[in-house]
Amino acid sequence: MYRHTIKGKVYRFKDLKDLLAKASPYRSGDELAGICAASYEERVAAQITLADVPLKTFLNEAVIPYEKDEITRLIIDTHDAKAFEPISHLTIGDFCDWLLSDHTTCDTLKEISTGITPEMIAAVSKLMRNQDLIAVAKKCEVVTRFRNTIGLKGHFSTRLQPNHPTDDPKGVAASIIDGLLYGSGDAVIGINPATDSPAAVADLLRLIDTFRQQFEIPAQSCVLSHITTTIQLINEGAPVDLCFQSIAGTERTNSSFGVNLALLDEAYRATLSLNRGTVGNNVMYFETGQGSCLSANANFGVDQQTCEARAYAVARKYNPLLVNTVVGFIGPEYLYDGKQIIRAALEDHFCGKLLGLPMGVDACYTNHAEADQDDMDNLLTLLGVAGCNFVMGIPGSDDIMLNYQSTSFHDALYLRKVLGLRPAPEFEQWLIKQGIVDDKGNLLSVNDSHGLLAGGRL
Amino acid sequence: MKKVIKPSDPLIALQEFTAARIAIGRAGTSIPLKQSLEFKLAHAHARDAVYSELDLNGLTEKLKQFTLPVRYLHSMAGYREQYLQRPDLGRKLNEESLAELADHTQPTDVVIIIADGLSATAINLNVMGLLQQLIPLLRTADFMLADIVMVKQARVAIGDEIASSLKAKLSLVLIGERPGLSSADSIGAYLTYNPKPGLTDELRNCVSNIRPNGLNYKQASKKIFYLVQEAFKRKLSGVELKDNAGLLSGK
Repeated sequence: MYRHTIKGKVYRFKDLKDLLAKASPYRSGDELAGICAASYEERVAAQITLADVPLKTFLNEAVIPYEKDEITRLIIDTHDAKAFEPISHLTIGDFCDWLLSDHTTCDTLKEISTGITPEMIAAVSKLMRNQDLIAVAKKCEVVTRFRNTIGLKGHFSTRLQPNHPTDDPKGVAASIIDGLLYGSGDAVIGINPATDSPAAVADLLRLIDTFRQQFEIPAQSCVLSHITTTIQLINEGAPVDLCFQSIAGTERTNSSFGVNLALLDEAYRATLSLNRGTVGNNVMYFETGQGSCLSANANFGVDQQTCEARAYAVARKYNPLLVNTVVGFIGPEYLYDGKQIIRAALEDHFCGKLLGLPMGVDACYTNHAEADQDDMDNLLTLLGVAGCNFVMGIPGSDDIMLNYQSTSFHDALYLRKVLGLRPAPEFEQWLIKQGIVDDKGNLLSVNDSHGLLAGGRL
Repeated sequence: MKKVIKPSDPLIALQEFTAARIAIGRAGTSIPLKQSLEFKLAHAHARDAVYSELDLNGLTEKLKQFTLPVRYLHSMAGYREQYLQRPDLGRKLNEESLAELADHTQPTDVVIIIADGLSATAINLNVMGLLQQLIPLLRTADFMLADIVMVKQARVAIGDEIASSLKAKLSLVLIGERPGLSSADSIGAYLTYNPKPGLTDELRNCVSNIRPNGLNYKQASKKIFYLVQEAFKRKLSGVELKDNAGLLSGK
């Protein structure tokens, strides 16, 4: 039981889970779950109370019981007591000030990364303002490698997302060429397939792989099929670079996705064994998003932001190349408007980075959310300042397969220009060699005799 | 002088392969204004559709041709903002509507439920065209039709409560789908055999993207009619029905 009194009114929070939910900045999903604070005052009372909770408490009080959930077991069993030592005396409030302190640097944060649990970092994020989430995340540098190097300070990458409603190879290829000529695709060329049939997925994999080899593109490909499909395709010898899976923060939610830690272990080993990376071997690509646990009816009364942070415990077990929080895709019943989407994206980016993950964000919204492209511009700019590793690159922001709006090829160029950011170094060299950008990173005009257009042979 | 804005794009030839917004050119590195406004207009249509309302008077007038009584119901979601944030409320009838259905005793075969969903525009524009094809088909097969129901601020599952109150063996919910940038006027048809409150979506069949430029009225009616007949024959709906329906994969 936790409690706090304001002007004679006593606020009681029955356990850590309740306290975390009530301390969470307002969002529609927690209201839908019936777990959020009932008033502005109660929310701040919860935040004041949470600030006084020692970090150590989080090692003794699980929000979802150890016996009932393999992710709780993963979090507790892999907790690094030595890395935790330097901060073990702090409360959540002290930890907040410690993170913001000028003495806490990129290296300090790396050292404690395995000592913090998702619930600790979720808790502290609830007390922080947006600028705090940006300032602390900015200190982190999480670098991963496959055929290029992603996440270096001063660099900013994109996933080229060339989706097509029927997976038509020419339609997909047209969007890939368009994207490459706008300098997109250094994080991954990643297709959401319209069907999960192994044969169709294999066709798409071969399409990108042939194209990549023909033009010697230092980038990786991925078709975002279910993990069991990917395992099957690996066994059949398809050219799989990265293994994709959607994951969430409770065992039961993952099981509704048809996945668990044992299956992830198997897929990770299988993908590693292909040894296709040239500069590194980070082979996993995960997607997450606040609200998925409630949507699967498996949130156990835990607020959606804490659930999301727990998904990062799953991700970090597998040294992923990319982790992408698809922040506005889920709809207004979880994140209602631009303000909630922006806040959630900054929280996810912060929590993921502090837990040592290469965070990217799909800054996006659906047509029934109170959001538009201006909100995405705001979010994109904030993410660039915060040092986000990558965002999506979609033709004109309009995904014609998934029917939602995200960020465009142009948006990434805007961000690189206003913040002086550059693509992954190997990819940038390739862009220069192809005459797509000059050595200062300026986009050049190409004509229809350009190799990608002439040689792409649609 | 060098042109600042580059309206054309060497990739224009690629546009024939996809409806994606490729080859849109650039102003500096930004999207040119013309393309930006086209995008805004598509989004505006989608937003207007989300906030559109069922044209009860107009639809009632046109529905008279079917000589069926019409009932007007409302979900527990009082207004659109609440509807968007509380899907649970959109799945239940409000008290007044429950009372309105309480007197019903006579069993029927099929109840057609017209629901606004996320685009009342889709219903206002396309539901009559669909019903003019579909109702005659149902009648030639001697299905007994219940009163037509129009329901506001509704989600698909509200059909379960309505159909079980009206003692219908099958519910057919015609509902406005979530608008996309390419279309804001699609109807989705959800068919549930033996509907009762608490059912989940795997027990339904869906025919989606019903609009003149998508799955047209005639094609949609044929699919729905086929599913209705099969559902009655096999006394079920949902995943199991879909798996055995070879007709559905074709046009």
